[in-house]
Amino acid sequence: MRWWWWIPLALFALFLGVAAYQLTQPKDEFIPSTMIGEPLPEFDLRPAAADRPGLSDAYFRDGTPKLLNIWASWCVPCIAEAPQLERLRQSGAEIVGVAIRDRPQDVAGFLARYGNPYSRIGADDLSEVQLGIGSSGVPETFVIDGQGRIIYQHIGDVRAEHVPLLLEKLREAQD
Amino acid sequence: MIAELGLAALWLAAALAALQLVAGFLGARNPDTEMAALVRPAAVVQGLLCAFAFVMLLWLFAVTDLSVKLVATNSHSAKPPIFKLSGAWGNHEGSMLLWITVMALAGGLIAAVERRLPEKTMQATLGAQAFVGLGFYAFLLFSSNPFERLPQPAVEGLGLNPLLQDIGLAFHPPTLYFGYVGLSVAFSFAVGALLTRQVTPEFARAMRPWVLGAWVFLTLGITAGSYWAYYELGWGGWWFWDPVENASLMPWLAATALLHSASVLAARDALRAWTIMLGVVAFSMSMVGTFLVRSGILTSVHAFAVDPERGSFILVLLAIYIGGALVLFATRASSIAEGERFAATSREGALVVNNVMLCAILGVVLMGTLYPLLTEAFDVRVSVGPPYFNPVSAIFVVPMLLVMMVGPLLRWRRDRLERVKAPVALVAAILLGTLAVLLIVSTTGLLPLLGLVLAAALAVASFLPLRGRNLRRLPLAVWGMVIAHFGLAVALFGMASESAFSQEKLAAVAAGDTAEVGPWSVVLDGVHPVAGPNWTALEGQLLASYDGGDPIELDPQARSFWAPVQQTTESALATRWNGQLYAVIGNEAGAGENGARWQLRLWWKPFVTFIWYGGLLVALGGVLALLGRLFDDLKRRRVKARLAERRADEAELAAAGGRG
Repeated sequence: MRWWWWIPLALFALFLGVAAYQLTQPKDEFIPSTMIGEPLPEFDLRPAAADRPGLSDAYFRDGTPKLLNIWASWCVPCIAEAPQLERLRQSGAEIVGVAIRDRPQDVAGFLARYGNPYSRIGADDLSEVQLGIGSSGVPETFVIDGQGRIIYQHIGDVRAEHVPLLLEKLREAQD
Repeated sequence: MIAELGLAALWLAAALAALQLVAGFLGARNPDTEMAALVRPAAVVQGLLCAFAFVMLLWLFAVTDLSVKLVATNSHSAKPPIFKLSGAWGNHEGSMLLWITVMALAGGLIAAVERRLPEKTMQATLGAQAFVGLGFYAFLLFSSNPFERLPQPAVEGLGLNPLLQDIGLAFHPPTLYFGYVGLSVAFSFAVGALLTRQVTPEFARAMRPWVLGAWVFLTLGITAGSYWAYYELGWGGWWFWDPVENASLMPWLAATALLHSASVLAARDALRAWTIMLGVVAFSMSMVGTFLVRSGILTSVHAFAVDPERGSFILVLLAIYIGGALVLFATRASSIAEGERFAATSREGALVVNNVMLCAILGVVLMGTLYPLLTEAFDVRVSVGPPYFNPVSAIFVVPMLLVMMVGPLLRWRRDRLERVKAPVALVAAILLGTLAVLLIVSTTGLLPLLGLVLAAALAVASFLPLRGRNLRRLPLAVWGMVIAHFGLAVALFGMASESAFSQEKLAAVAAGDTAEVGPWSVVLDGVHPVAGPNWTALEGQLLASYDGGDPIELDPQARSFWAPVQQTTESALATRWNGQLYAVIGNEAGAGENGARWQLRLWWKPFVTFIWYGGLLVALGGVLALLGRLFDDLKRRRVKARLAERRADEAELAAAGGRG
């Protein structure tokens, strides 16, 4: 028996080991933004809804921290988070929306049905802003400080338990 | 009742597989016992039972029996009939049942007809086949029962993933499964031969039709899958090096190598251990592919089939089958006597180069596919794409194609290059000529350039083996080789041409506007809503005219399905002999002066269709080779039978003479 006949088995065992290890690891589907701590990229979005103005990066540099919510009328979890966004707004947070690949009439329909917590909504037809700030899904919510820097990223829909956390992050951004 | 019948048949089949396993391995020691006599009938009946179970599942889907969980979760009463049926295997449980059905039928077929090998080897082979089968039965019956009932029948089904509601996709998985199963039969033959130390030319001949058949199906499966991705996903590409595409390419590469090494073993009794090894590798690649796709361990376009628990099950099966076979290989390989020797310049030599290169490409693809898995263990996320796969595999593809042009001209065992000087000079002249012309007239990248040059030379070289032979009396298998090699040249030409000469245009157009791409000018006539059986769509009406010719109407759609809710793009294609215009309609892009404007994406892809014509030619070559081998076998069988008859007659005559 020669030792090299065992090489295929050794390689196969290596594959098995890695595969088995990976199977036991929780699969983390969240891709954190690499833009945390960086200033917002330059952008200027047309209004997505008739009764709210559009959005540009300059708007964020007024000294007040804001929440930037990536959403879309076609996104089901966005419906689930709508009441939480409303609670955030009532607690004094300013929320600006970026509607991803959306149509004006759908945006209007969504806001009429599920409420409108946004002060401004920009239409991001090509996901330029979304990709620019390192968001890979909808919905996502970013905390932006008064100088237009990205402070914090929340991936997925905002649930009731996330509301205090986001308010806390906004307060931190203020200091 | 139907579901219960199917389940009962499946359990019975599993029990027969257990019997076949035990009896087969006893029979491998002594094939004259009563137990051993049970093996072949058990295999045949098992195949029939599985077929019965699968027909029951088809029935459940045909009548949309919503009390069965699988039907309720994958079908919908409003679905067109053909997709109701294809829904039966368009999901994990059903596709596993299809797999085991094909496998059991294949086992039954070998048991019924294969008589060339020593009976010991056959018993071991069928035992191995049952061993592989048992794992899949366990998987089906314990963790993915397709016949499971719901406590309460559902009111309506959830529907089939809309991406899968496509006629090409209805046939894509079965095609690949036939391929995978063929390789599992080759694997069983390899294990059987290894167990009984009978790695002979006869073994290669018995295994070869299965490898050929598997290879034909894999070729068709890859060709169809590539075309599906091309027109259904709407990205205009035809190959993405997605893990799941690699999962179908890797078994194909291994099967191609196995096919050629089995030819050497059958003709010259050389490359014994190597052929066995490839038999194991080919099947393990189809298992690894299934594992990668089903476990969701890598992110891919097959994300709809994902479930980590199933992944663990397949991984365990993989460990048992392949690990076991490799241990067997390591302990037995030395005892397989070395095969015949041959010179480097010979048909065998060329085939060895082919094998080494194919295995290197296989390694490249495997590494690229598994690399993200490895780095993720260290928390680094990467995705490996064309910038790695294309150039690195080209390093091995180029020499392989060069050898492929000359190899078939060489004689077995020992040859001199001087003997084939003339054809080699011809091929070299074509290579250099094409290269010179292309360098002058076009400015493409290195890889497309190499592709075009090699395709031209290979297209001519593939017909050179016909030189000086009587075409009427040429064996079918040689025709098969010629056509398959030529098909490869055709496909290569399509790939190179697509990447060298494609033109793309993204435009926002209102009704009445014109967009130009390459020689085409495309007018948007209008956008209208249309409705299908379970979807609605926005359909763009395009009038495309080639070089000022008569306009062709094209209707790309953006479809919305409502059960389940999903958007798909239906690209529209205008096919000419020299390429395709590929049109996709996107969202509304705001209003212009002439009303709403629409995103329109157009590609002109010269000769892109040759990729799939080539794939079909390769498959046709495989079919011819397979038929050739089968006819040869039948002829040999008839001659043998006649010989035996004559001998019996003579013996009778002699006996009668003795008495008289």
